[in-house]
Amino acid sequence: MPENKKPLISELTKGIIKENPTLVMLLGMCPTLAVTTQAMNGLGMGLATTFVLLGSNIVISALRKVIPDKVRIPAFIVIIASFVTLIGFLLEGFVPSLYDSLGIYLTLITVNCIIFGRAEMFASKNNVVASALDAIGMGIGFTIALFIMGSIREIIGAGQWLGMDIPVIHSNPMLLFIMPAGGFFTLGCIIAAVNKLTNKKPPLEIECGGCEGCPMADKCSSKEEDKK
Amino acid sequence: MKTLGVILLSAMLTDNFVLSKFMGICPFLGVSKKLDSASGMGIAVTFVMLCATCVTYPIHHGILVPNGLEYFDTVVFILVIALFVQLVETAMKKTIPSLYKSLGVYLPLITTNCAVLGVTVLNIDNNYTFVQSLVNALGGGLGFMLALVIFSGVRRKLQYADIPETFKGVPATLVAASIVSVSFMGFSGLFN
Repeated sequence: MPENKKPLISELTKGIIKENPTLVMLLGMCPTLAVTTQAMNGLGMGLATTFVLLGSNIVISALRKVIPDKVRIPAFIVIIASFVTLIGFLLEGFVPSLYDSLGIYLTLITVNCIIFGRAEMFASKNNVVASALDAIGMGIGFTIALFIMGSIREIIGAGQWLGMDIPVIHSNPMLLFIMPAGGFFTLGCIIAAVNKLTNKKPPLEIECGGCEGCPMADKCSSKEEDKK
Repeated sequence: MKTLGVILLSAMLTDNFVLSKFMGICPFLGVSKKLDSASGMGIAVTFVMLCATCVTYPIHHGILVPNGLEYFDTVVFILVIALFVQLVETAMKKTIPSLYKSLGVYLPLITTNCAVLGVTVLNIDNNYTFVQSLVNALGGGLGFMLALVIFSGVRRKLQYADIPETFKGVPATLVAASIVSVSFMGFSGLFN
């Protein structure tokens, strides 16, 4: 929900902890689980997503009065997909190793619920500056979450961190953690830890990434109340 | 060249979209609470995957490649999927209302399901022929359904489990998913 009364800086900071897109709002689970076998990949994915989020948020909020309401979802999709194509080219040209390790998940940024959710919930209702700050904050929050997740999995699963060997664990890593199963397990534990630290009651359900991620959210008002 | 049977089974089991490629996690966690909604979502996803492959494959090889526009893949594919989901929803509502009643609610959610975009892009990346692409889409969809149906059973049991307070809800679901994923690891190495 847009809160215009608040100072702009809170748009930036809310995404990092209070409304952290992955750990609190539980959006964008697919890339969170898929690319975090290494801390570096998590960081790269986070930054690539931040770039797309920033670009799409700025363009969408700049065009929010031009785009007719009825075709706004296809319009958002095209804008987001264009930025994804752009970041694909940039990474392929400048950081080919990251491009290779992210693989298909780079394309799948297009359908990341975080980006669509921010476009729908924030950028289409707020001005350019607030939307850009919101995107940066959400992007940083997402990147931090991915980096933590990648670090845990890399340290335990491979005995390395950012390519450096960790003594003791390196000779005897728990391979399970860099396998898909370890991704689910690590994320579950991190969310539990965040709940414990923030003393928040854990969300009982994920309704397809929540209303934020659902393109039909405006048509179903029923979920809106019990989410908040 | 992989045979069709290998493509089908590896898309279903060894490279299961949900449990080893992490595509479509949101519906996997969101819709897997009851068996009938899990199978409904699975059927809807399989159907849309097949249709989307039918449409995106000719577009890629017939229009984009001859004109040197392969980099438009992402934009075109996601638009095609979004339009297709709308079309299927409208058509189903008019022609088969009974099917719409059971599947209709899941259709809008499929647009943002990364498994559908994923399967169309993977078909192109792997240089599959048209028939291979269709088989891969079918396998991916069935694998998705299998994961959802199995997981709905696990969650049913989970409801009666005594879970520590901090792990209640999503964390417990994720840990359970991890265990289901371990069981699917047993299929790895089935085909080489």
